[in-house]
Amino acid sequence: MTSELDIFVGNTTLIDEDVYRLWLDGYSVTDAVALRVRSGILEQTGATAAVLQSDTMDHYRTFHMLERLLHAPPKLLHQLIFQIPPSRQALLIERYYAFDEAFVREVLGKKLSKGTKKDLDDISTKTGITLKSCRRQFDNFKRVFKVVEEMRGSLVDNIQQHFLLSDRLARDYAAIVFFANNRFETGKKKLQYLSFGDFAFCAELMIQNWTLGAVDSQMDDMDMDLDKEFLQDLKELKVLVADKDLLDLHKSLVCTALRGKLGVFSEMEANFKNLSRGLVNVAAKLTHNKDVRDLFVDLVEKFVEPCRSDHWPLSDVRFFLNQYSASVHSLDGFRLECGGTIWAHCNLHLPGSSNSPASAFQVAGTTSVHHHAQQFFLYFQ
Amino acid sequence: MPGKLKVKIVAGRHLPVMDRASDLTDAFVEVKFGNTTFKTDVYLKSLNPQWNSEWFKFEVDDEDLQDEPLQITVLDHDTYSANDAIGKVYIDIDPLLYSEAATVISGWFPIYDTIHGIRGEINVVVKVDLFNDLNRFRQSSCGVKFFCTTSIPKCYRAVIIHGFVEELVVNEDPEYQWIDRIRTPRASNEARQRLISLMSGELQRKIGLKVLEMRGNAVVGYLQCFDLEGESGLVVRAIGTACTLDKLSSPAAFLPACNSPSKEMKEIPFNEDPNPNTHSSGPSTPLKNQTYSFSPSKSYSRQSSSSDTDLSLTPKTGMGSGSAGKEGGPFKALLRQQTQSALEQREFPFFTLTAFPPGFLVHVGGVVSARSVKLLDRIHNPAFVGIMGNTRSYKLLDWNSFNSDEPETRDAWWAEIRQEIKSHAKALGCHAVVGYSESTSICEEVCILSASGTAAVLNPRFLQDGTVEGCLEQRLEENLSTRCGFCHIPYDELNMPFPAHLTYCYNCRKQKVPDVLFTTIDLPTDATVIGKGCLIQARLCRLKKKAQAEANATAISNLLPFMEYEVHTQLMNKLKLKGMNALFGLRIQITVGENMLMGLASATGVYLAALPTPGGIQIAGKTPNDGSYEQHISHMQKKINDTIAKNKELYEINPPEISEEIIGSPIPEPRQRSRLLRSQSESSDEVTELDLSHGKKDAFVLEIDDTDAMEDVHSLLTDVPPPSGFYSCNTEIMPGINNWTSEIQMFTSVRVIRLSSLNLTNQALNKNFNDLCENLLKSLYFKLRSMIPCCLCHVNFTVSLPEDELIQVTVTAVAITFDKNQALQTTKTPVEKSLQRASTDNEELLQFPLELCSDSLHSHPFPPVKEHLESASSNSGIPAAQRATSVDYSSFADRCSSWIELIKLKAQTIRRGSIKTTVTVEKASPVGDGNFRNRSAPPCANSTVGVVKMTPLSFIPGAKITKYLGIINMFFIRETTSLREEGGVSGFLHAFIAEVFAMVRAHVAALGGNAVVSYIMKQCVFMENPNKNQAQCLINVSGDAVVFVRESDLEVVSSQQPTTNCQSSCTEGEVTT
Repeated sequence: MTSELDIFVGNTTLIDEDVYRLWLDGYSVTDAVALRVRSGILEQTGATAAVLQSDTMDHYRTFHMLERLLHAPPKLLHQLIFQIPPSRQALLIERYYAFDEAFVREVLGKKLSKGTKKDLDDISTKTGITLKSCRRQFDNFKRVFKVVEEMRGSLVDNIQQHFLLSDRLARDYAAIVFFANNRFETGKKKLQYLSFGDFAFCAELMIQNWTLGAVDSQMDDMDMDLDKEFLQDLKELKVLVADKDLLDLHKSLVCTALRGKLGVFSEMEANFKNLSRGLVNVAAKLTHNKDVRDLFVDLVEKFVEPCRSDHWPLSDVRFFLNQYSASVHSLDGFRLECGGTIWAHCNLHLPGSSNSPASAFQVAGTTSVHHHAQQFFLYFQ
Repeated sequence: MPGKLKVKIVAGRHLPVMDRASDLTDAFVEVKFGNTTFKTDVYLKSLNPQWNSEWFKFEVDDEDLQDEPLQITVLDHDTYSANDAIGKVYIDIDPLLYSEAATVISGWFPIYDTIHGIRGEINVVVKVDLFNDLNRFRQSSCGVKFFCTTSIPKCYRAVIIHGFVEELVVNEDPEYQWIDRIRTPRASNEARQRLISLMSGELQRKIGLKVLEMRGNAVVGYLQCFDLEGESGLVVRAIGTACTLDKLSSPAAFLPACNSPSKEMKEIPFNEDPNPNTHSSGPSTPLKNQTYSFSPSKSYSRQSSSSDTDLSLTPKTGMGSGSAGKEGGPFKALLRQQTQSALEQREFPFFTLTAFPPGFLVHVGGVVSARSVKLLDRIHNPAFVGIMGNTRSYKLLDWNSFNSDEPETRDAWWAEIRQEIKSHAKALGCHAVVGYSESTSICEEVCILSASGTAAVLNPRFLQDGTVEGCLEQRLEENLSTRCGFCHIPYDELNMPFPAHLTYCYNCRKQKVPDVLFTTIDLPTDATVIGKGCLIQARLCRLKKKAQAEANATAISNLLPFMEYEVHTQLMNKLKLKGMNALFGLRIQITVGENMLMGLASATGVYLAALPTPGGIQIAGKTPNDGSYEQHISHMQKKINDTIAKNKELYEINPPEISEEIIGSPIPEPRQRSRLLRSQSESSDEVTELDLSHGKKDAFVLEIDDTDAMEDVHSLLTDVPPPSGFYSCNTEIMPGINNWTSEIQMFTSVRVIRLSSLNLTNQALNKNFNDLCENLLKSLYFKLRSMIPCCLCHVNFTVSLPEDELIQVTVTAVAITFDKNQALQTTKTPVEKSLQRASTDNEELLQFPLELCSDSLHSHPFPPVKEHLESASSNSGIPAAQRATSVDYSSFADRCSSWIELIKLKAQTIRRGSIKTTVTVEKASPVGDGNFRNRSAPPCANSTVGVVKMTPLSFIPGAKITKYLGIINMFFIRETTSLREEGGVSGFLHAFIAEVFAMVRAHVAALGGNAVVSYIMKQCVFMENPNKNQAQCLINVSGDAVVFVRESDLEVVSSQQPTTNCQSSCTEGEVTT
């Protein structure tokens, strides 16, 4: 007696969250059954392994049929074949587009091309995520990228509109798309300590402040590409380190302001010129694509590592950076009555950045320098 | 006489890519009705075309309107080659032809292709302008309503139930025409779909004509089936019950009828309320209205003068209370005479209904069934007919002995069987058959026709007018009024058609009842049941030699009686094992295959309080001397006893102790260890009597004389009860559970197993089949575990044998959740009821105000708990007038749904500020909240697809059906030549069934409905050829499209002024909540 055919079709499509998870994780039916058996479901329900097998097969078949629709979530909403309550639909979509931190960290900033896809088995063995799951996640990134690539309007909104993702997930995808588009290098060993959350936070700020969209909301691909003009303008920051007087003045301003407030004041004082040079050089180089890609590597090398070697506490780094950019305003030729609102805006974002505040801040803080600088040039030229 | 059909093609969406180069489609639409075709413009390069066409107008006969489906074909325009078809939509416009059903069909329909499945959707609007036809000789029957529901539909009242209607249409099957060799599979499938659509339209029209002849206006319990006879053709046949239905209007319009004193009097005997005070409060039964005139009023008024006093003393009857037992005879004779006259003019006094208006069913005799084996190319006569169930007598006719030369039509085949059924019913002392159904099983050229039903005595007042004398009427009603009436035997005690063990009714103790009762109907709502019911199945396989034509037919007809016998024995054993004494909804299916016969009987077992407690099962060994054998036997006996005890506990069967003396039942004789007796057949072609009775003994004896018998006993014990929290039944409602919550899940499950062809024996086959069914049930319990506590209702198994070694089992059922806490309380009530059987006045009291307000509530058998609550609250000092408005929902068929409107309503109700409205506001708030939540759930709330519920039941728990929109009867074929690519047979069928559901839902939604009730998958024929990578499947489904309103919403709407009616379109929004 062998089972030829075995199906169950409900008027409301049954979705078992546990099985969905197993399916998304790329387990085969046999593995999934074994895992379910191990979870003790047989004891709880008094079912037999055969029942479990049939149930799992059935769910897998349903998911397989749903997958086509999940590739374009709005279709899932309007299709007539599966009657699924809205809350379940949202769950299906959200889970389908969810990704593994470990995986995304590997792919972040890489070109979403066939070549990268070929390397997925390496990533799979490295991260312990099944190849199927890796492929799904990779394809999701690619699909989202393709759809929103040429679109006007806010990146996050576009993703949300076309993939019906939750706000949080849409932001993450925006970051992934942004990184993939600009091909930021994130895989270097030096950057390994940074989590995806840190990068996503940076991406959000950069999208807000560095892109074409930040300048003019009517532009094409506004949130994807960096504003070339702005990068050009950053070159002019060089005056901060090239002009010796200005450098000294800047230093003294910062030092006066921070005296007594910083635990590592002496180190700061000693290193100020180096740090300032490092930051400004990174900013000034950004006109070259190659350097844009290496932005994070450079920042870590030129700023974060010196700070770390001097054992700067996090709060000090923050003070320093705040003061560093604030002092620029009072320099001659850099007069500006902006301050308040922009800083408030930045500070709001800073503390909540990530669970690993030290690392997050170090980069985020740096970003805000540029942010400020950008604003600066906008106002003056 | 013409009608005008208007069609507008609005738009398409999600179309498939037809042009590889551009990845787009140049789509246009052909709209065809009859021989007229219109085309839309080509909408270039889009997968979401917006045609927005003009109105295409077809001027057609209403005959065509009934027969023809509207055919919409979506094509891809191709400049150089032939246009490619994307897919089709068939729309049955029948629902538009009733006056009170849907007025417009408008919505998104899936575009269906028989090879590719659903390929996008199309938005269509259809309207019909119909002119009245007064021609007496017309061929159309527009306006006759059809219902699949096998009870009186919820928002109607039966004025007269006319009786049986049947019709049958035969045609050549396009699949077997010569042209099929040269046309594509797609063309062939479409020809078939279209033909069947046409044939069912024609059939429906013809049945409608018959109904009009009978002066009815509706067909209830309409069952249409297809017989795919292969070479010899395609038969579409239908049976149903003609009725005159009256739509329940708002109580305001209804109340004046109650004021007439004569009317009032009529109700009294019917309700048998011992309290005369309640009478004066102006009751009205749900079965009355002014158009119904069944008896001369003068005989009535005479009667009414004494009725009050007479009736207050129930036991006092005309024959004297002492001799209740004897009274049965003459009374029954009189009754029979009366009703016979009512039924005489009918050829077949059959009713396809399974649930009846209160009082309709007087007595139930037992199951009657008849089967006949036919050869499809040649005509043969009935080979086997029998009476089943209580009657336990068989007649076996050798089919060779009849050999008529003249060709018969299929009509004649069925007529024969029906005659047979009729005579069996007569033998049981019954003049009618209820719960009647017909089925076929075809394998190659052999066809088994089966019919079965429940012999019954009916109350003539529903059947025809003017035939009933008042005095009889009253006696009859006395009889009816006891809740055990239907159990009492209709036949003469001294002249029983079969040996049975009779006792006095455990409820009224006046009339005789049999020891077990088998029926094909649903449990009557007023029956007193102890504990809960459960699904009982008998499963059986018999091997058969492969043979051709007549030899095959002979072999089959020789096997049939043995199968029936064994199925019956199994049912009886399992029933005893469950400690129950009655079966409802019995359905025996015998399926014929190449080399085997399968029998599957499903029924719902219950413990009827009126019937005697079933005895246990006694096992007897054949060789009592052998010590170890004895030990084994006693071990088995212990196991059986344990199982019975466990089952009693599980199903909460704890009948009240009634001492034997009071009942006066014969004291059981000492156990006779007599074997189940099967008498020898007298001669080859004469009647064979199979005595299935078990004599007058307390316990049921199973004798184990060989290993087979041992197997049987073992198999009895292998049936596993469902896991805790699950119940199952195959009737509409689960006896003993009546507090359903609103969550329902309808599903279809299909399993096919391949038997290993080597050395198949009957036992191995039985075991395989048994395992298949048990595993299937287990799988269902596992899948639906999230719904616990819940009950699988209307579990419908269908077995087919598509190939030599394949067994296919299809199950459709609905899982309904219920409230466990309340369940515990309510299960106690039947026990209480049975204890104080006469003192039901409490309940009667409660029902009166309800009837006063709205009949619909009463005819809604479903949530008695809620009713009682409501009625209780209405009793608590709210004036009647106010109450009347509070339940006045029938006029609010169109409701509002969007939360803004709800809030408006709430505001209004608050301003009104009466006691009633405060309650309403409380109840309304969760609804409002729910809507809020939906809106705020951001990305998915903008879904345009409304939820359509589907259920095989005739009701929706926690909701009220406000409108029937028409019958849904759809036939689909799906074929594939890339089976592996579509996920194998499972993937293919899974997708197809999901698509069928989707198409049914889309049609219902387009009619403006939000649910399908009485849904049934009548056919699921699956054929595969894995070697060629091909498969084909045919599915036929039907049901009633309805609009329902959640009871919680209902209160909101009903509590405010009738003027604030909202658009019916709101239903769409409502269902998403």
